[in-house]
Amino acid sequence: MNREYYGKLIFELSREGRRGFKLPDNGCPTPAAGIPQALLRDNEPELPKVDEPTIVRHYNNMSTNNFGVDTGFYPLGSCTMKYNPKINEEVAALPSFAALHPYQPAETAQGALEAYHTLQRALSEIGGMSEFTLNPFAGAHGELTGLMVIRAYHDSRGDYKRTKVIVPDSAHGTNPASAAVAGLKVVEVKSLPDGTVDVAALREALDDTVAAVMLTNPNTVGIFESRIPEIAQAVHEAGALLYYDGANLNPMLGVARPGDMGFDVMHINLHKTFSTPHGGGGPGSGPVGVRKGLEEFLPNPRVIKRDDGTYALTDSETSLGSISATLGNFAVQLRALSYILSLGREGLKLAGPLATLNANYVKESLRDLYELPIDRVCKHEFVFDGLADKSTGVTTLNVAKRLLDHGYHAPTIYFPLLFHESLMIEPTETESKETLDAFIDVMREIAREAATEPDKVKNAPHHTPVRHPDDTQAALTPMVTYFDLKAAQS
Amino acid sequence: MSKIYYSETHEYAKVDGNIAYIGISDYAQHALGNVVYVDMPETGDDVEAGVDFGAVESVKAASDLIAPVSGAIVQINEHLIDNPRLLNEAPLTNWIIKVEMNDPSELENLMDEDAYAEFCAKA
Repeated sequence: MNREYYGKLIFELSREGRRGFKLPDNGCPTPAAGIPQALLRDNEPELPKVDEPTIVRHYNNMSTNNFGVDTGFYPLGSCTMKYNPKINEEVAALPSFAALHPYQPAETAQGALEAYHTLQRALSEIGGMSEFTLNPFAGAHGELTGLMVIRAYHDSRGDYKRTKVIVPDSAHGTNPASAAVAGLKVVEVKSLPDGTVDVAALREALDDTVAAVMLTNPNTVGIFESRIPEIAQAVHEAGALLYYDGANLNPMLGVARPGDMGFDVMHINLHKTFSTPHGGGGPGSGPVGVRKGLEEFLPNPRVIKRDDGTYALTDSETSLGSISATLGNFAVQLRALSYILSLGREGLKLAGPLATLNANYVKESLRDLYELPIDRVCKHEFVFDGLADKSTGVTTLNVAKRLLDHGYHAPTIYFPLLFHESLMIEPTETESKETLDAFIDVMREIAREAATEPDKVKNAPHHTPVRHPDDTQAALTPMVTYFDLKAAQS
Repeated sequence: MSKIYYSETHEYAKVDGNIAYIGISDYAQHALGNVVYVDMPETGDDVEAGVDFGAVESVKAASDLIAPVSGAIVQINEHLIDNPRLLNEAPLTNWIIKVEMNDPSELENLMDEDAYAEFCAKA
């Protein structure tokens, strides 16, 4: 009996007749009287039959194989895996919030609506927007909502020919996906060699069929797009709206505001910038903000503060409609509000500069051994194009897997697609100099190994519970449940 | 005798009379890594030069397929549905779609084998 045994699938641990509980006979007839035969199941549900100690050991052992920001450094570029302060968890778990029912009358949930409204106002101020909705359940859901706002705006003007959305080729994959789901056609514009928007190409693509241009700033390679005012002017002259993807808001937090740069609509990933758990650790949240004049198109319902100081839900006739059954992931919103209020105005302003300092520190400490295709001061993240020495045959994938042996989460690899061997690092502001130095030492060690004993890096990882899954076979014939496995074995 | 042309987005058009067999280059399959899925159009669909007609997915990335020439699809390579790895094994034999070109002069915008080799060397 060891970790290997309890680490099997729970169904493999199942034994006929085992159970973790015993209930006294409640005297009810079986099957329950009054349920029509057609609605009763023919077979017992396929559930594992396991005793309680086995269940507890199975899940406890599994949990120790997990990796998160609570276990170690997580420099996953573009994801802003900052530490999630525990006070946020305490606030979200307060019974007066946690025990609410999503559909209870507004007059009995005034405190919750006040929290919602406070966060709405805080995000509006941080984004330089007029109004926010917190209803979208995730970043991509926020993008879709934002594009639906833009559609509703054009439709309200009878401007039905605007069916295109322009995205740079460095955009997150969710941008074109969201545009397609919103019923719009995606037009890609190429980036300049330094990773910034090609403004001339963008101008050429602009006409009266363009509904919106979606941009991320700083962009995907961590470079601040300095020509935004010029871009905003061109976009607005063409009658289109400018959308800000909040994926990379972190370095600008409290320093620069998308609204001031001329963006009309934006979304924020609370699970990135506002330190709510993500990456399998919790649900996301993608609030959407709009500039003055677009508020009426936001999804229903909206939370407003009445003159008498109470809070209410309202619907707008010209709204795009409803995008969620409730007011979004409320417990996530509470965590973000807790983060904003505990850092305060001055504390929030430090997050961006420190994230930028950390990223540049790591970049400058490794640039002699890793290829730096864009040699500029970066913001919160940067991209290497693999090892500087390409003669060893050691790839970015090998480096990433070797990092696992040292107890680090791998950086983002092979994204953005602008380079062949992209290795994208985002340390975030929550890491100490000691943590960064230890990571830098390991990255330098891996580069040395690649030169002296390349096979060691190519065969990594050596110390993880699973070493070399066949990722091609996994994609071709996915086996995601015990029943797939059983079918394959029989 | 067929002649092969390449686009800057690494698709080829192998031309036989008015028919072009369109697939991805050896360079492309190498850069993508193991292909696990090919998202294909249907026979009878029209393709337009410079516009995507499908996508290839590898363990590393998903990549649009951009048509090098315009025309109507007369056949798709159905073997790729069950065995996408054919694109890795022999990309030049395993074309993805067969197109009846409606403007063969578009081939002039593409590279021949030597120019493409030079293009890849610089990439």
